[in-house]
Parts: sequence; structure tokens; C-alpha cells
Amino acid sequence: MANLSLRGIVREFGPLRVIHGIDLDVAQGEFVVFVGPSGCGKSTLLRMIAGLDRPDGGDVLIDGVRVNERRAAERGLAMVFQSYALYPHMTVRQNLAFGLENQRMAQAEIDRRIGDAARMLQIEHLLQRKPGQLSGGQRQRVAIGRTVTREPGIFLFDEPLSNLDAELRVQMRVELSALHKRLKATMIYVTHDQTEAMTMADRIVVLRGGRVEQAGSPLELYNRPANKFVAGFIGSPRMNFLDAVTREGRNVVVDDMPPLAVPAAAETSDGEPVTLGVRPEHLGFVETAGLPGTVDIVEQMGGESYVYVTLANGARLTVRRPGQTALSTGDAVRICIEGAAHLFSRAEGEPAIAPRVRA
Amino acid sequence: MIRFLTRRRGTTRADWTDWASWAYLALGVLVMFGPVIWLVLSSFKTQSALQEFPPSLWPMGPKQVVLQGTDRPLPVFAVPQLDGTIAERAMIRRVGIEGQFIDPADPDRRIQRARLANVTPVRELHFAFENFIEPLRQFNFARYLGNSLFVTIVATAITLLINAMCAFALSKYEFRGRNGIFLFIISTLMIPITVVLVPAFLIVTGLGLGNSLWGVILPPAATPTGVFLLRQYMLTIPDELMDAARMDHASEWRLFWRIILPLAAPALAVLAIFSVVWRWNDFLWPLVVLNRQENFTLQLGLAAFQGELQTQWHYLLAMTVITLLPVTLVFAFLQKYITTGIASSGMK
Repeated sequence: MANLSLRGIVREFGPLRVIHGIDLDVAQGEFVVFVGPSGCGKSTLLRMIAGLDRPDGGDVLIDGVRVNERRAAERGLAMVFQSYALYPHMTVRQNLAFGLENQRMAQAEIDRRIGDAARMLQIEHLLQRKPGQLSGGQRQRVAIGRTVTREPGIFLFDEPLSNLDAELRVQMRVELSALHKRLKATMIYVTHDQTEAMTMADRIVVLRGGRVEQAGSPLELYNRPANKFVAGFIGSPRMNFLDAVTREGRNVVVDDMPPLAVPAAAETSDGEPVTLGVRPEHLGFVETAGLPGTVDIVEQMGGESYVYVTLANGARLTVRRPGQTALSTGDAVRICIEGAAHLFSRAEGEPAIAPRVRA
Repeated sequence: MIRFLTRRRGTTRADWTDWASWAYLALGVLVMFGPVIWLVLSSFKTQSALQEFPPSLWPMGPKQVVLQGTDRPLPVFAVPQLDGTIAERAMIRRVGIEGQFIDPADPDRRIQRARLANVTPVRELHFAFENFIEPLRQFNFARYLGNSLFVTIVATAITLLINAMCAFALSKYEFRGRNGIFLFIISTLMIPITVVLVPAFLIVTGLGLGNSLWGVILPPAATPTGVFLLRQYMLTIPDELMDAARMDHASEWRLFWRIILPLAAPALAVLAIFSVVWRWNDFLWPLVVLNRQENFTLQLGLAAFQGELQTQWHYLLAMTVITLLPVTLVFAFLQKYITTGIASSGMK
């Protein structure tokens, strides 16, 4: 177990700067998820932590020691790759043993570690097989097993679940969380899937264009997104955004439609152009006032319903209601805010007013 | 096998297309295998049988019998009998234009006389195995075989090793000029061997390798074909495997031996086959380097049968068959790899 610090990490590919000075601290035993759209630099960042790639500026510190010059093997880390990267010509046992043999570890110790890892991951019956004879989920377990046997200071995961089908992904997500609880190890996990980030992370780091947009616990990011990007990225279905203008007394106006009451903490001044952000679950239907619109599509999930509405000004909203709904395509509805709303300044994407959280 | 051969287009009767394809394929077999079969059959012919006209397909020789009381085998002739039939009789003696014949089944019966113009020699299938035994005993062919084996095996091993190393560097490491070096290596394919023959010979003699098997082995060991073949294959090995191995404390050297080489095995097999065939059949370069008999490879030994004034065809053919054997065996067992190799590299 180890902690990690990044100090002003910069990475350039030729003239193109892809990582713009990232500072980050990962505490011992923490499960940190790097999340962001493809091309945001999250995998590059992970590779620099692993030592497979060199930063062009800044320092990587493990347990307070600068490791920039150390090779990947000497950093005491282990990594699960997106394609698993199991050695196809070796059996599962040889795959697990390879890294340990390279360290000239005693055979008895190797056997003990492989036995422990295989038991924990339930791959004991697969030890004599080759990776080609395993299913996707089994390969995933072996790849995790290979890192577990190494007993690393930090586990690194590079989109390990992206090659699995949806059902298996949910299952492995749970198992990874359980593994983290059992090993109490420091883990850094890269994904583009915000659901994985929300379900597994102690702390999420949202990256965009090589910069940290926000870092915090999952609910912190959900409830108090630092900007419009984070607000849109975290949460599914996506947050609704509407261009609006503030009115005095915690109100906003969307085009020429009736003003909406925003349950925001701070007073709103008059006439400031903002982006109004409301999550689908924080929208509701009212009889009078509210934003007029027409129902496009209704998705009945049984336990909850998604109603897609087009407003009078052409903007489209997603409304999520618990239970089932009687609405159907073509119905006229009026929409109000029932929970938290977020106001973002239109120019910068930063919140104009501190968003309020529903109690 | 039978099911496969008799497979038909329709269900009940053979269609005309079945006959056509059969005929076409049979013609193909004849064209491809005819010369080889003729070579093998001819290698069992005696020198006189080879020069016969018209030539026969099977190795035929005059039939002879050994009878009690005669010190050498007697030639057998077809002799017309009084009752109009023709019987096989052994000739004991020749007197002018007549011969004296006896019945080999009943040698104690009376001697029959017949004019030589009326009798014809009887011929039978006769395999001249001495064609194979004599050169191996007399002309040091075992030595040539040993030299050829040594050159082929050692050269193939060296070729595999250094080509794999070169391909590994060119496919898995990023460095300035990587593509330039690769193109440079490939471009040497365009230079015919005849152009570099003399300079290469001067270098070999300058290094004191003239007239030695190492002089044959070393200069052509690094082949652009091999580098190309292996590099293209290694490009398909995912980089993540190398990253994983690096995280697994593997040195670059270990990475090469334990990860890259085993995974490149199919391409290595192809190159090994190519190299064996090249080396075994190589004639020009050994001819230039080697000039002492005891260092000759098989191909040079074969050429020695072809003199300025006369050619010992019976030995030449027999030794050609022996020379063909290893390559044929290699092909028979590894033809799957060879065809994929030709398909992937466009070379043979």
C-alpha cells in the first residue's frame, strides 16, 4: 500500500500538449477513478504513473519519493490493461507466475501467492488453461489475479471492464469494489463510463482536455458540480441545460415563457444571462405556470418513467418520474423544478450562483 | 479419401462438369508431377538404359538368368519355337549369326539353335541401386551431405536469431530513422546477387573465410526478406503485452525471449522453412566461396558429375533425387506454414 502525488504533470506529443500540469494526491487505501471523455488524457496520465510513459514536466511521487527516473517495474505498481494483455502462449499459472519469476522469488512463495489469488478470484480450476480458452470474464479475473499476486503498492486499472458485456460489467464492478475493501489497497481506475466511476470510487477525478475539471466524492460531484461540463458528464440520464436570464427573487426566465422559481441559496440579480441546469429527476409536472411543452416519447421502465418533452421554444428536456405515468405522446404538459437547480454563467461554464442541494 | 475424390456436383449421377474437372485436375497432376516421377524412375536406370532410344518410362534392363554350370548370368531371349509359339530361352553361346539356347526351366534338355535375327532380347524391370550406392561410397557424397546439413542448420539458426532481433527493434521501439532503416533494408532486395558477388567474395577472403563453410554461412545470414516478414508479423503483437511484461519486471532481453519470440513462432516457422530451402538449394554462392572438394556442399558435388566431355547421368540423377528428399520432406510436413508465408509476404 502506498500513496501517490502528482505535481504539475505535463505531457506533450510533439507540439501538442495533452496534459496541462496536473496536481493530485491519492491517499493510501483510496479508490480513485479518473473519468472523462475519450482523448481527455486519462490513460496517458495512468501510463505516466505506471512508468510506461515519461512526463515532460512535473514529478510523480510514490510514498513521497520522486520516481520519475524509475522504470515501470521498480515502482512497485501493477496494472490491469484494457485488453487484459495476458500472455497468450502461457497458461494461466505461468501468466500469474511470470512477474514473480522475473523477481527471482522463491518457488514456494510464488505457489503460495498464486494459490491465494486464485482462491480469492475463483480461478483455481483455470490455472492450466491458456488465455485463448477463457471467456471474457475469466480473462478479466486472471488479469486482476496477475496484479494481486504482485502485491503492489498501487493497483492501476485501464478501462478494464470496457470489453465485457453489460451484465458481466455490473458483476465485475461489484467484485472490484469487494476486492478493494478486502485488500484495502490504493487503486487508481480509468474509465469513460460515469456509472463505473459513481459506483466504485471513493473519489472521482473528472478530466477534460488534459485538465482536472473537478475532484471529489461521487455525491459531491453529483450535487455540486463545479461547472457545466462536470454537471453534464456525471449523472445518467444527462442533466438538462436551458439558456435563461435571471430575475430578482430567485427566479429565471427561459425565453418568453413564465418565470421559474429556482430553489437556489443565493439571491439572483436581475438580467444576468445564465445556463440553467436541472437533473431529470429534479423536474416535475404542474397544472399552472411552469414551462409549457409537448410530450415526444414516454419510456416506461416499470419502476420509473422517462418523459421526453419539447418546450415551446424548441428546447428538449428529459424528465424522470418515479413509478409509472399516464402521459403519452402529444400530451401538453407544464414543467417545474422540484429539486436542485444549478445556474452556470454562460461564458465560462462556472456556476454563477452556488448551487443548492435539496435537503 | 474415396468419398472426397468421388464427390459429385449433383446427387445421383456424375455431371459433365465432374468429368471436366477431373480431367483438368488429372492434367495438372501430370504436368506438375510428370518431371519429378520421370526423374525418380530414371535415377534407377543404368547408364546404357538412360541412353536408349526410344526412352522408356520404367527402368528396364535385359533379363538374365543364372544357371547351374555357367559362371556368369545368361541373357534371356524370346525365341520362336517350331510350333509357332514364342518361348523365353537363355543363350549359352553365340556362333556367328546363330545362337545356342536352352530352356532355363529345364536346362538339361537339348540345345536349340536359332538365328539371331529372329530372336529378341527379353527385358524386365531392373532397378540400378548402384546409382545410389556407388557415389556415396566412391565420391565422398556423405561428406557433401554433411556439409550441406551443417550449412543449412547453422545458417538457418543464425538467420532466425539476427533477423528476429532486427525485426523486434524495427517493430517495437520508437527511434528516429526507424522507417528509413527499414526502407533501406527492404531496398537491398532490389540489388541482384550477381552484382554483390565479387565485393562479397573479396570481403570473405579478406576475413580469411575463403574456402570455409563459415564463409558460405555468414554473408547471406541477414536477409531483407526475413526482416520484412518478421517485422510485419511482430507489428501485430499488441504493445500492451510488452507494457504488461515491463510492469512484470521483465528486462528487454527477457521480453524478447519470453514474449516476442514465442508469439512470433508462426512467422519464424515460415522463415525457417524458407531459409532451409534457400540454403539447401543454394549453388552460386558456395561455388564462389568453396573450391576444395572436402568442403563442397551437395549442390556443388552434383555439378561435379557434369564434366566437360561427358556427364555421368545415372549418378547425377540419383544424387539429385537424394538432394530433393529433405526439401520435399520439409514441404510435406510444413506446407501449411509455407503457403501462409508465401501468401503473407508475396515471396517464395
